Amino acid sequence: MKIQTFSLGILLVIFWLLNSGHYTPMILSLGAVSIALVIMIARRMKVVDDESQPLHLAASIPAYYLWLLKELVLSNVDVVTRIWRGAGSISPAMATIRINQTNDMNRVIYANSITLTPGTVTTEVSRDSITVHALSSSSIDALNTGEMEARIRRLDR
Amino acid sequence: MTILTTYISWTFLVLGGFLCISGAVGLLRFPDFFTRMHAASVTDTLATALIILGLLLQTDAWMVQVKLVMVLVFVLLTSPTASHALAKAALHGGLKPQLKIARGSNKAGQQSEAEA
Amino acid sequence: MFTVAAAAVLVAMILALARAFAGPTLYDRILAVNVFGTKTVLLIAIVGFLMGRPEFLDIVMVYALMNFITVIGILRFFEYAAESESADETIKER
Repeated sequence: MKIQTFSLGILLVIFWLLNSGHYTPMILSLGAVSIALVIMIARRMKVVDDESQPLHLAASIPAYYLWLLKELVLSNVDVVTRIWRGAGSISPAMATIRINQTNDMNRVIYANSITLTPGTVTTEVSRDSITVHALSSSSIDALNTGEMEARIRRLDR
Repeated sequence: MTILTTYISWTFLVLGGFLCISGAVGLLRFPDFFTRMHAASVTDTLATALIILGLLLQTDAWMVQVKLVMVLVFVLLTSPTASHALAKAALHGGLKPQLKIARGSNKAGQQSEAEA
Repeated sequence: MFTVAAAAVLVAMILALARAFAGPTLYDRILAVNVFGTKTVLLIAIVGFLMGRPEFLDIVMVYALMNFITVIGILRFFEYAAESESADETIKER
């Protein structure tokens, strides 16, 4: 909780400084007051924990983002080709995929990555499975190989 | 700014514009709500990213660049949440996805291809 | 070149608007409005550059966040409205 409050504070200070662009004492003190207020409210709402500040993932997540970016570009190209080739080229499918992620954070990352990738949308998340709607059944097959899941499982280590 | 970055930025802007139109065409062409959602997510991810990167290369002011990156991060973080909420609400609202189809109309597609 | 990008975004906005008017179900309309909002974000950013006034980016950021909250808010409302018969009851329940 302590370390998370600290990192939230650092984050807010950076955010404020980057957005403001006016560095007179008057404006700076107003900024300090507003940051203190935000931290106070966040603590009162009890949202300052390792769920909103996943510091333990900070080291491993950039590599995952790069991989996700590559997947994003590939699936974008796929969906755009299908759009221009018309409704005959799609084969919408829905499937429930078993997952064995150890914690909630991984489940959320997995579900959101699937949704962010064009061509697949998560419609339901439960403890041990997720339901996915896909533009073509090949996307479901790609998810079933479990590459994305394995990469997310490796984030914790 | 060198001539090379100018060309790269133009390429990004034009490609991003093309993807925007593609996504919107998909929104019109696809047969049911769930498939349209996939078309919409094209415009949310790569089209936005390309246009913002294109704009990013056009400016030297660091504050403008930082703000562009922030907009991109906001969009990339919020769009899957919105899509998921939408899909879940549609399913709970009793909308059934159409799972296999075989029909196509080409009118909307050709029109916009000429404009792009 | 900004003009080309702005024109492309505008065309996409018009197409999304067409879907919002035609869209058989409520969810199609919400989806179209969401896409329209994302496009508005891009359009304001491009127009800001077109006019040489990058200060528009502050508005862009606020609009990007507002667009998200709007969609979630509307969905929240209709998720409950779909369960009960009339919208009045939903308001009372909450």
